[in-house]
Amino acid sequence: MEAWFALLVGIFFTVAVYLMLSKFIIRVLLGVAVLGNAVNLLIFTGGRLTRGVPPVIADSADALDGPAANALPQALILTAIVISFSFFAFLLVLAWRAYEDLSTDNTDGMRVAEPVKEPMPPLGY
Amino acid sequence: MAVPTSSSVDLSAALVLGPTTVADWLVILPVAWCFAIGALLVMLRRAIGLHPIIAVAGLAGLVLIDALLLAHVATKGPVTMVMGRWLPPFGIAFTVDLTGALFALVAAIVALAGGIFSLADINDSGRRYGFYPFLMLLMAGVSGAFLTGDVFNLYVWFEVLLISSFGLLVLGSEPEQIDGTVKYGFLNLVATTLFLVATGYLYAVFGTLNMADIARKAESLRSGAPLMTLTALYVLAFGMKAAAFPVNFWLPASYHTPRVVVSALFAGLLTKVGIYALIRVMVMLFPVEREELSFVMALAGALTMIVGVLGALAQTDFRRILGYLVVSGIGSMLAGIAVGGPGGIGGAIFYALHSMLVMTGLYFAAGIAARLGGGSSIATVSGLYRKNVGFAALTLMLCFAVSGLPPFSGFWPKVMLVKAALDIGAWWLAATLLLAGFCTVIATGRLFLLAYWRDDAGAAVETVRLPSTVLAPLAALSLLTLGIGLYPEPLLATIQSAATGLAEPSAYLNSVFPAGGLQ
Repeated sequence: MEAWFALLVGIFFTVAVYLMLSKFIIRVLLGVAVLGNAVNLLIFTGGRLTRGVPPVIADSADALDGPAANALPQALILTAIVISFSFFAFLLVLAWRAYEDLSTDNTDGMRVAEPVKEPMPPLGY
Repeated sequence: MAVPTSSSVDLSAALVLGPTTVADWLVILPVAWCFAIGALLVMLRRAIGLHPIIAVAGLAGLVLIDALLLAHVATKGPVTMVMGRWLPPFGIAFTVDLTGALFALVAAIVALAGGIFSLADINDSGRRYGFYPFLMLLMAGVSGAFLTGDVFNLYVWFEVLLISSFGLLVLGSEPEQIDGTVKYGFLNLVATTLFLVATGYLYAVFGTLNMADIARKAESLRSGAPLMTLTALYVLAFGMKAAAFPVNFWLPASYHTPRVVVSALFAGLLTKVGIYALIRVMVMLFPVEREELSFVMALAGALTMIVGVLGALAQTDFRRILGYLVVSGIGSMLAGIAVGGPGGIGGAIFYALHSMLVMTGLYFAAGIAARLGGGSSIATVSGLYRKNVGFAALTLMLCFAVSGLPPFSGFWPKVMLVKAALDIGAWWLAATLLLAGFCTVIATGRLFLLAYWRDDAGAAVETVRLPSTVLAPLAALSLLTLGIGLYPEPLLATIQSAATGLAEPSAYLNSVFPAGGLQ
C-alpha cells in the first residue's frame, strides 16, 4: 500500500515541478497547488496506512498490539492544508492583480521591479 | 470509552502537574504579546490615529520582555515551557536558549527602530491597509521562530511571518511592488514547502518533532536512517529562505520595491530567521551531517558572498545595492556555519546579529537619502553631505560597519570567521571573506562618494533639518553598532556561550527532559 502511495507522491511532485518550471504565472500557481497536495500526501503516507484498524488500546494492554496508522501526521496535514490553501488563495489574487496591473502573466515580461536595459553605474567621480 | 481500571497510571510522566512558574510564562510572552497587540490593532481598524502609538509602545514592551528573557536565560540556562501541560515529546515545547534569546532581542530592537521610523514613512493610506497589525503579527512569527523548540511549530511560525510579510510587501499596490511580491511570494512558498517535506521525512524517521528529542535520538539512528538526505533538504529550504546562492534571486527582485521601513525590517529580520533555523538544525540536531556537508556549504557561502558584492557593484539604485549587500552578508554566515567550531558558529551568530542592526540602519539611510535627494539612483542624487551633515556621518558609520572595518560591529565577526577558516586550513574561504569585505568597501565607498560627497552642480545647497522620528532610529542603530565595535566583550562572551550551548546541547536537553524523561 505504502509503495503505491510513494509512487503517487512521486508523480505529484513530478507534475508540480514541471508546472512550476513554466513561465506563465497561472501554471506556476497550479504547480504550487499540486506541490502542496504532494507534500500532504507524503506526510500522510509517512504516518503508515492501515485499513480498518482503529488505534484503540485494549483494557488489558498498555500498548497497541499491532501496527496502526499514526494520528499525528494527519493532524500535521490538517495544519498544512489550511496554510497551503490560504497561501494559494493569496497567490491567486496576487496573480490576478499582476495580470491586471502588469498586463501579462508571462514572468519574462514582468520586468517592472528589475528593468531590462539599465544604465551602467557611474564609472568615474 | 474504556476507563483505565488500574489506578497505577502515573500522570506525572506525561503531564506537568505543578503550577507554571512566572519565569516560564516569560518564554511564551513575546509571542502572546505580539499577537495580543496585533489583535487589538485589528479591532481598532477604524481608529488609525491610535495605531502608531499602540504599536510603538507594544514594540518597546517586546524589547523589554526579550531583554528580561535574555537576562533570565543567561543566569538560569535554557528554559522550557510546554503547551497544554503535556510533557515533551508529546506536547509542543517552547525552549529558549541563549542563541534564541539573543536573536529575539536584536529582532525586537530592530522592529522598535522600524516602528519609530514608520511614523514618518507610513501615511494614513498605509495605516488603513493595516501596516501596524501586519508588523505586530510579523514580530509574532519572528519571535515564535526564535523561541520554539519544535520543528513543526517552527514551520508554522515561518508561515505566520511569511503571510504577514506578503501583506507588508504589497502595501501600496504599485506595479513594481506587485512584480516584486510575485517573485518573493512564489519562491518563498516553495522554500517553506520544502521545509515541510523535510519535516514530514523527519517525523517518519524519528517519530518525534521535539528538537531536544531529535538531538538525543540522532546518534542512535544515524547508521540506518537517511539523515544526510534530510539535512540536505533542510539546507536547501533554509538556504532559500536566507537567500543563499544559487537560490537568492527573489531577494534582489523584491527588497527595493516596498515602503522603506518594510525593506528595512525584511533586511533585518527575514533572512536571519533562515540563518537561525539553519544554525539550529545543522549545529544542534545534525552536527555529523554538517561536517559532511561542510564543503558544499562553504562553496555556497563563498559564491553567495561574491555574487552579492558583484551585484552591489553593478547597481545604481541605493536600495538595490543594499539588497545585494544583504545577500553577501548571508554568504559570510554560511561560511561560518560551514567552518563550524566555536569560532565559526559564534562568528556566524555574531555576524547575523550585526547584520540585523546594520542592514536595517542602511535601509533607513536609503529612505532618508531618497527623501533628501529626490531620488534613489546614485547617478543622480548628490550633495547629501551638505544637506545634512549628521545624517551623512551616521550613514558613513554604517557603511564602515557593513564593510567590516573597525571600530564598528562588523569587524569582530569578520575576524572570528577569518580566523576560524584559517584554523581549519580553508585559506580560500578566508580569502573570499576578505575579498568580499574589500568589494563591499568599494561599493559603499562609491555610494558615499557619489551620493553624499559629490556637490550639486552649481545649485546652492541649503541645510535640511530632519525630523527626530526619522533620525533617531538611524542614530540608535549606528551608535549601537559603534558601541558593539568599541566594547564587544559582553556580547562576545554571550555569543561564545551560545555557540557552545548549541554544539553541546546538554543544558538544552536537560531543560526539556529534566529527569532524563521518557526514552
